Amino acid sequence: MTSITHGEIARLRRGNPELFHRPIPERLRQWGLWLAFLAAFGYGLWWIDANPMRIVEGLNKLGLLVRLMIPPHPGDGLWDYVHAMLETLGMAFLGTVIAAVVAVPFGFLGAKNVMPNWFFHFTLRRVFDGFRGIDGLVWALIFVSAVGLGPFAGVLAIAIGDIPLLSKLFAEAIENIDRKPVEGVRAAGGSGLQVMRLGVFPQVLPVMMSHVLYFFESNVRSATILGIVGAGGIGLQLSDRIRINNWQAAAFIILMILVTVAAIDFLSRRLRMKIIEAK
Amino acid sequence: MSTMGHARADFTATGREERLSAFETRYRRELGARRLWTLLYGALFAAALAGSVAVSDFDLADLMAGLPKAWTYIAGTLPRLSPDTLWADLADWYWGLRFWLRLLVETILMGFVGTVLGGIVALLLCFPASRNLVERSGIYFVARRLLEFCRTVPELVFALIFVFAFGLGPFAGVLAIAVHTAGSLGKLFAEVNENVDPRPIEGVRAAGGNWPMLMRLGVVPQALPNYASYFLLRLEINVRGASALGIVGAGGIGQELYVAIRQFEYTDISAIMLLLIATTSIIDVTCETIRHRLIGQDMRAGH
Repeated sequence: MTSITHGEIARLRRGNPELFHRPIPERLRQWGLWLAFLAAFGYGLWWIDANPMRIVEGLNKLGLLVRLMIPPHPGDGLWDYVHAMLETLGMAFLGTVIAAVVAVPFGFLGAKNVMPNWFFHFTLRRVFDGFRGIDGLVWALIFVSAVGLGPFAGVLAIAIGDIPLLSKLFAEAIENIDRKPVEGVRAAGGSGLQVMRLGVFPQVLPVMMSHVLYFFESNVRSATILGIVGAGGIGLQLSDRIRINNWQAAAFIILMILVTVAAIDFLSRRLRMKIIEAK
Repeated sequence: MSTMGHARADFTATGREERLSAFETRYRRELGARRLWTLLYGALFAAALAGSVAVSDFDLADLMAGLPKAWTYIAGTLPRLSPDTLWADLADWYWGLRFWLRLLVETILMGFVGTVLGGIVALLLCFPASRNLVERSGIYFVARRLLEFCRTVPELVFALIFVFAFGLGPFAGVLAIAVHTAGSLGKLFAEVNENVDPRPIEGVRAAGGNWPMLMRLGVVPQALPNYASYFLLRLEINVRGASALGIVGAGGIGQELYVAIRQFEYTDISAIMLLLIATTSIIDVTCETIRHRLIGQDMRAGH
């Protein structure tokens, strides 16, 4: 084993200073970035009025709430909760199905290889991106005041919230297809519709299905809270129980949400794996 | 097993006709099985659809009646702009701009502070939640379940509870974002950790480093660009989420939007929503640019 002397290290350091110290401008820039980051963070903390007193006080109250929640107990509303949970699942399912059905034509329109007009497809993509900036709960609020209270507003909110994103994903799936099957069908004398059905469709269907399942998973999560603004489902029960200080029931509902979400995730992941393998 | 049997049957079948008919039967059987599965899944789907329709009192007539209503509503939120008095109309439409901008800044700050706080917690929890970095499976199990809990309880539910405990205002919202972010970022960070190169860790261990040193010097330098990228992605999501938290009284522009919708201040709704879309788009583009630069640097460094 060769050893290195202090003299050699000193020589190397003189010869290649950049290996031992990063250049000053780079370090200054990094310090500046960190400082700006910390300043923004500090300003944010000041803005939201986070002081230790408040935190301690709030944590005490939170501890009290947790004590009130234990043990979680449904009281006499168990069947109401089960029904509300089914309603939540129904909303998520219907919303996802509607979004998927509507997103298919939009996906084809947004795909570069189907619609060669770049301006059209650029505009469509920007519109999709813009709509994504609106949270699902805001859509729910709007639909509750447009079509009235109840799960119908929730279904619409989920569908409208998902259409832009799903369309974009579908468009990307269509853009990524292999040209060869398409050309094969065309060479065998297939019409435009047959090219779509036999050349494009079998390639994009598994991808689309897997996206749709993933959206269903995430929609079950978001559907659990839509009820807070009156759009049906378990969220309404939860916010009511919190409002009347029935913390045991609230904790029970939260546990129900956790279990349901976990079960749906598990099922949907199994199905997704199967679809991907079959592909 | 059965296909093997068929294959052998094909080889032993000598005549052309015989081979063809064996193929035909097999083809028909496969097709039948496939049709059966499709039918089964179709029936399951139809049952789920019927159940959903029944349970959410959805019907097509409602939809047909509801869609025009929804459309009138959305069209009603758009202001009347005439070319002669364009500026006055715009000023009228955005009468509360100063106030709304202040609330937008609050929303962005809520998203930012919540993401940073959640990110710090995630950074602390992601090491015990990585399979390859802990020897005791008990610690791993506890850390994983904790992250899962934070991630699965919806942000808005945390917000409802925190508004109760910490009072109305952005503080409760920030905490709700932070808890949810800790859960989701913690899981993503842990996944990054599980994919790091083990050699630097062994190097630090061989040089006598203890566990925190292993993490700091063996894992973090490799994983940092990915952490940053996920952090920025989460920041985008959280700014969008923060805009909804105001609905339960947890600060930000959501409160104002809620009031506007509840009191049917039609043009205010569209004004605030357009502001929101513009803000989230700007943040999306900014974060994406930074993310690409981070990943680009990473590629240049040869990782």
